[in-house]
Formats: sequence, C-alpha cells, structure tokens
Amino acid sequence: MTIETSNLLARRTVLMALGLATVLVLAIACSSDDQNENDGPGRWSSYSDGIELIIYSGRSESLVGPLIDKFEEATGIDAKVNYAGTGALAATLLEEGDRSPADVFFAQDPGGLGSIIELVKPLSDDLIGRVPDWARSPDNLWVGISGRARTVVYNTEALSPEDLPDTMDGFTDPKWKGRIGWAPTNGSFQAMVTGMRLIWGEDRTRDWLEGIVANDPSVYAKNTPTIAATGSGEVEVGFVNHYYLHRFLAEEGEGFAARNYFLPGGGPGSAVLVTGAAILKTSDNVTAAERFLYYLLSTEAQSYFAEETYEYPLIAGVSWADLLPDLASLNTPDIDVSDLGDLAATQNLLREVGALP
Amino acid sequence: MKVTRAIGEQLPQGAGATWTPRRLLPPSLRREPLSLWLAAIAVAGAAALPVLYLAVRAAESGESAVDLIFDFDTVAILWRSIQLIVLVTLGSVLIAVPLAWLTVRTDLPFRRAWAVASVLPLAIPSYVGALAFISAFGPKGLLQGWLEGPFGVERLPDLYGLTGASVVLILLSYPYVFLTVRATLWRLEPEMEEASWTLGRSPWQTFRRVTLPLLYPAIGAGALLVALYTLSDFGAVALLQYDTFTRVIFNEYNNAFNRSAAAALSLVLLAVAVSLILIEASARRRARYYSGANAARRRRRIVRLGRWRLPAFIFSSLVTLLALGIPVFVLVYWLTRGINAGESGLFDWDAAYTSVQYSVAAAVVTVIAAIPISVLSVRRPGLLSTGLERFSYVGFAMPGIAVGLGLVFFGIRYATGIYQTVYLLVFAYVVLFLPVAVGLIRSSLLQVNPRMEEAAMSLGRSRINAFLTVTVPVIRPGLAAAAIMVFLLTMKELPATLILGPIESRTLATSIWTAAEEAFFARAAAPSLLLVIASAAPMTFLVLRERSRN
Repeated sequence: MTIETSNLLARRTVLMALGLATVLVLAIACSSDDQNENDGPGRWSSYSDGIELIIYSGRSESLVGPLIDKFEEATGIDAKVNYAGTGALAATLLEEGDRSPADVFFAQDPGGLGSIIELVKPLSDDLIGRVPDWARSPDNLWVGISGRARTVVYNTEALSPEDLPDTMDGFTDPKWKGRIGWAPTNGSFQAMVTGMRLIWGEDRTRDWLEGIVANDPSVYAKNTPTIAATGSGEVEVGFVNHYYLHRFLAEEGEGFAARNYFLPGGGPGSAVLVTGAAILKTSDNVTAAERFLYYLLSTEAQSYFAEETYEYPLIAGVSWADLLPDLASLNTPDIDVSDLGDLAATQNLLREVGALP
Repeated sequence: MKVTRAIGEQLPQGAGATWTPRRLLPPSLRREPLSLWLAAIAVAGAAALPVLYLAVRAAESGESAVDLIFDFDTVAILWRSIQLIVLVTLGSVLIAVPLAWLTVRTDLPFRRAWAVASVLPLAIPSYVGALAFISAFGPKGLLQGWLEGPFGVERLPDLYGLTGASVVLILLSYPYVFLTVRATLWRLEPEMEEASWTLGRSPWQTFRRVTLPLLYPAIGAGALLVALYTLSDFGAVALLQYDTFTRVIFNEYNNAFNRSAAAALSLVLLAVAVSLILIEASARRRARYYSGANAARRRRRIVRLGRWRLPAFIFSSLVTLLALGIPVFVLVYWLTRGINAGESGLFDWDAAYTSVQYSVAAAVVTVIAAIPISVLSVRRPGLLSTGLERFSYVGFAMPGIAVGLGLVFFGIRYATGIYQTVYLLVFAYVVLFLPVAVGLIRSSLLQVNPRMEEAAMSLGRSRINAFLTVTVPVIRPGLAAAAIMVFLLTMKELPATLILGPIESRTLATSIWTAAEEAFFARAAAPSLLLVIASAAPMTFLVLRERSRN
C-alpha cells in the first residue's frame, strides 16, 4: 500500500466517522426539534398559557394511558407523562427538588406520596372533599384516586372457598405449610402489614408474620408472579391485591385456575388501599394540574377505573364492576390510609422475622 | 536508525515475554499525546459521576447508613452473591469459549447461523428471560403440563433459588464472553497454532496449550462483564427467588423510599464490584499477545471436526435452543394467545424506531469514548492508565437506577439544557456500558504489534493517521463487537431509560416493562420479539461481512 492510498484510506475513515457523527447529531437534533414544536419555547420555562402539563406517573401506561388520552381530548391540555416506578419517580422528584419540571405526581401508593410530602402544595377543600375522609391525606396534601382491596387469591383446582379461613389468622395453621405464596418486597403487602400493626399491635403482627414464615411460604417478586403461581398450582393461596386477577382472566381466559377470596372476617387482610395524586410546589401550571385531578375524580374517569382496571372508584355515585364485592361488605378495617405511611417500623418488623433480607 | 533496528529485531517468541519495542524508540514517538490522556481522564471522570452522587447521598445519612449496612444480613447476602457470581461466570466461560471457537475456526455445520443466534440472548431483558423460563420449566410450567398426561409428573423440581438463578443467568449472559472471545479469535494470527500442529500436537493439545493462553485477556474481559452483570441484575434474581444485594436496594428505593440507605447499600455493591475488577486485573499477565512478524490476511486453517462434528452440532443447537429458543417460544405463545383473544395494535413500531435510534447513538459514542482509555492501558501500562481503565468499569456494576438518579442529580443542576433529552440519556448509556467497549477494544489492541504503527509513523504518518490506517483495520472485529454489544445492551436497558428518557418517549424496553408490570403478557411479548429481531440485524451484518472477507 502506498502512502497516498493509505492517506486516502485514513481520510476516508475520518470522513466516515465524521459523517456518521453528523448524521447522528442531526437525527437526534431533528427528533428533539419535533418535541420542541410541541413543547413551545423552552422546555419548562413558562406554561402560563395553560396548555401543557407534566405528569410523573407511577401508575403504568398500560392502565392509565388511555385515560390520559381522554383527558387531553376533553380539555385540550397537552399532557406529557413520565412513566416509571413510583419509587424511582419519588427519588427523581427528591433529586430534582425545586428545579423539577413536574406538575403532578400520580403515585401507586400513599407511601410514595408521603416520601415527597415536603414538595407538594395543599389541595383545595372542594377537590379533596370528593373522596371519603379515609382516602386522603389529613393535611389536604394528596387525594386518593382509586381503591384496591387486599385479598387472598386461591387455586380453584386445589381448594374451594369453604377450605379457606375467615381471617388472615387462619393461615398460620401448620396445615398451610408449603402452600402459601407472598411478596414481602411489594409495597401493598407492606401497607397491609402496617395496617396489621395499627389494628392488631406489634406483638400480634409479629406472631402472625412468624406463623407464616414458619409455614415456609414461596417468596415472589410482586403481585403478578404470585397470582401466576397460584393459577398454575405452584402454590395454593397468595396474598395479593384484588385487581391483577382480572388481568389474568382477560389474558388467559376463564379457565385460569385462580380466583379471589375476600376474607369474610375482614381485618387487615381486606384493607382497601388507594392510589393517589398530588400537585407539586414547582408546578407553574396549577390550573391545568387541578383540572387533571378533577378529571381523575370525575364520573368518567372513576367509571374507567371501575370498568377497565377493576379498581374501586372513590367518588360517590359511581359503582364498581359487577365482579367486585360491595365495598361496604368487605369489612374493611377502620384505618386511615395516610397512617399506612409509617414504613420504617414495618420494614424493621419484616426484617426481624426474616421476611426481608 | 533506531527505528530500523526495532523493526529488524528478532523478538523472543511466545506469550509471557515482557519485551517491549517501545523502549527502542526515540522519546518523541514513545509518548502518547496529551490530548489522548485528557480524553481518557474526561471519560473516566464522566463514569465517576454516579459514584460521586452515591457518596453524597450515603454521607447524608450519616451513621444510620452504617447501622443499616450491618442491620442487613450483609455477610449472608455477600456469600449468596459470591456463589451466584462464581457459578454464572464459570458456566458462561464453559459455554462461550467452545462455542466461539466452533463458530470461528471449525467446519461446524451452519456456523454463521449459530454465531448470530448465540449472541441474541444478550438482547433479552433478564426479567423477560426469567419469566419465560419460569413459564416453561417452573414447578407447574408448560413442560410439566405436557409431562403430566403421559407420565403423571405432577410437579417439576423447583427452578427457584441458586440453581435456577445460575442457569438462567448463564444462558442470558454467556454472550458477553462469546463476543469478546470471538472478536479475539477472529484476529488471532495463525502461525503459532500452525507451528504447534507442525510439531505434532493434536488439535486438542494445540487448543489447550497455544490457542487458549492467547485467549486469556478476552476470556478475562468477558468473564468480568458477566460477573459484574450478575452482581447488578435485579430482574432475574427477583423472579427466581434468590436474594442478592439488588433486592435490598430495590426495597429501599421502592418501599422504604430511603435514598440514603439505598446509596449506602449501592456503595457496598460497588465495593464488591471493585474487588472483582481487581481480581481480574491481577489475573492479567504482562504478556505479549501479538506475533513478531505481521501475518495479516493469511488464510486460516479450518479445523475439521471429523467425528466430533455431530457432538459439536448438538452442543451448539442445545445452547441456542435453551438460551434463545425457550424465551422466543414462550413469547410467541403469549403473543398468539393475545391475538386469538382479539388484542390488536400489539406492535409498537415507534418504540422500535426510538430504541434503534438510541442504541445506535449509544454504540457509536461509547465506542469512540472507549478508545482513549483502551489505547493508553495497552500501550502505556502504568498506574494512571490502568487506574483509568479499571475505573471505567464501575458504571456497569451499579444498579441502573443509581446511575439514573446520579445523572438526575448532576443534570438538573449543571446541565439543565440537556436534562430529560436524548443527549443526557446517551451520556448515561456511555457511563453504563463503557467497560463493555473498553474490554473488547483492549483485548483486540493486545493483538496488535505496536511496531506496525510506529513504522508508519517513522515513514511520516501522523499519529492519528497511523492509528486509523494501521491499527483500526486490525482491531475492527473488536470495534464491531463492542458496538454490537453496546447496541444490544442499550436496546434492553430499562431503569436509566425510564428515569432519564425524554418525556413521552417510549422504547421497546419501557413498553415491555409497562405491559409486564400489569400482566399484559401479549402486549409484553410483541415488543420483546421486536427487540430480538432488531438485535439480530447488526450481528447478522457482522457475520456476513466476515464471510465476504474470508
């Protein structure tokens, strides 16, 4: 190879690299230009024209995406949603602090809202008055949006409802050894344990946890694997939230061999937990943020939760899906969901009994 | 004159010699330019940002973090993590090295197809892979269902725990070793093997005594990636019910909402990672992996497998069947079930396009960013260059959520202009996947005789010109493998993408996550299959190019 041709080769390589880099930068720049057209001037400088709303949603796009589309249609507001896990978003909001671009935080559980409570602004009495007292923050800082009940899912081939105990206490019986599935790292499960501590007290809760641990439960990562394992017969019962089962029935058909069992004796095992939303202090678009929360608590949105995601609506006058038992008949214990935010003691207890590492 | 002597000099042969020709060069040629050092330091500095963030957060919690670390059964978790890491790393090497050798050097039937298929498990997100294996081989999985009728099998042995987690992680992560070893094998100069054959060694002896030692740097680099990946994985170990650090960290972020505790625990994880990095480094030998004379473009002898052809074929098929076939089968099963149930709009082409866009950007930028560190660590082994190179590994070992939050911390303060844009996201990918590229480029560079570049410079080429015209063509397999691996890893990256991605952007990985999270299996299956298909493209391209050059 002569020097000329190899110089040419070098130049060609450099040019190719430069060309590739340029194309890349352009491609990226173009795609972000597209965004800027929708964004208006600046990414989060001023939205005082009230057309754009930034929502951090810990609730999954597959559940609330269609609802947010309806909100955009109904109001003309351009909702930009950042979907991620509630924990990741809470941590992101805390890192962003007073520089956060977010207007609304829509969280999977009160614990997530509680962790960023110093970042949110109080809601109006009118808004918060739409839900019952137990489903909102006592300081008007966040409002419950939908309810989900704790329940026991059981395998229909191995068991029938008569085989199941009236309350959670029954599962500490040694006859349940090797038949239980649970998910101690799941937020709703931990909220149930917090409920137990509030209603039963520390000692009885510890006894219950130790009783279950002694029964050698299978440890799943979260609700959905627990239900999948119950349906397949890997375990016979699982402690879960009620609404995931309906996803499985939709996906696998009525033949899916698991059903929910709502404990007739009530107690913490049938606590109703809520998802919730709050408006951030950093919001420069409070009007649009409030409209979004009003929309979530409208008849239309609440019916969506009842019919599409099989959750419990929280406003008066909207009934839940036929499949679900009456909220009143659930024997829901009398606890304030905002008290379920006392996480540290629950974590310590779970660690003490060996349910968490 | 000295240069001429260097070129003519007879080199002592064999791996293990520490002779470097650089000593004979005039000082002006010996020194690497300052700009290269500055570039390497800047890149390593970028990789350090998340560590800095973790230190800030952990320090904030003061003593409570220390208490917390001892609250957990840290020793037990450490022991569990080490067991898993050892098993997964060993298993990956045992699968990947023979597979790489078979697909490059032998007359294995369909070896190009196996080469593509063997890389693809890397594109399967670990939680999808684990979910698929549980559906197939769980105690009450699909296999049990088929066996129940004819054989009355009521329950398969538990897949959960150490065994299951190891097997699944081996099947999902052996491609790290496969790709690194393959890139090195492809450029391995054939003369030493030929000498060994001439001297009457059997092919097996030749492989063990000659080829394998030459592969050590590549095996080491790949094994380190497997070990670090195993340490930082959450999806697979959570579903397979094996407790490691990541489960505790997950709990702190998602249930305790305690960033400081999570940061302190992440630093413990990082300490384990640093130990692994140091172990790999101490196993490296100051050896020479290039031959004296440059034997470029020589036709390599293809090893005839003879009666081993069938066993080799069965081995390759089995690996692909398990690592790729099972997940794809389960995904197709979910998809058809969804389509039969009347679901539509399952394929999200926009998300696929976005994923490819991000991944190409990440691959190009990461490979370029990795070059200065790799070159310095090979050509100027010393405290600084080695330090920079090892330091580049830390991002890969950290939980993705920690890297994401670290860049939120710095981005919102000091880079507001690019916060929540694709630029910061690509930056995050570089931090996460830098070591993948460094490992591959480094082991390729070790195969290049530096005298070639020096000769070019002595003939009047500039340093950059010499690097591009002489060295780059030789390390091209390494560069390509690095780009492909970063591409695949970016395609499936989730936690950092969720936190740092531009608002409203959707990638295949985030679509899979959002669907799987709520048990929409058909809607998770479609993007997963798209992910595998899109990931097959670059590897197919590479393999076809190899053919045309052969």
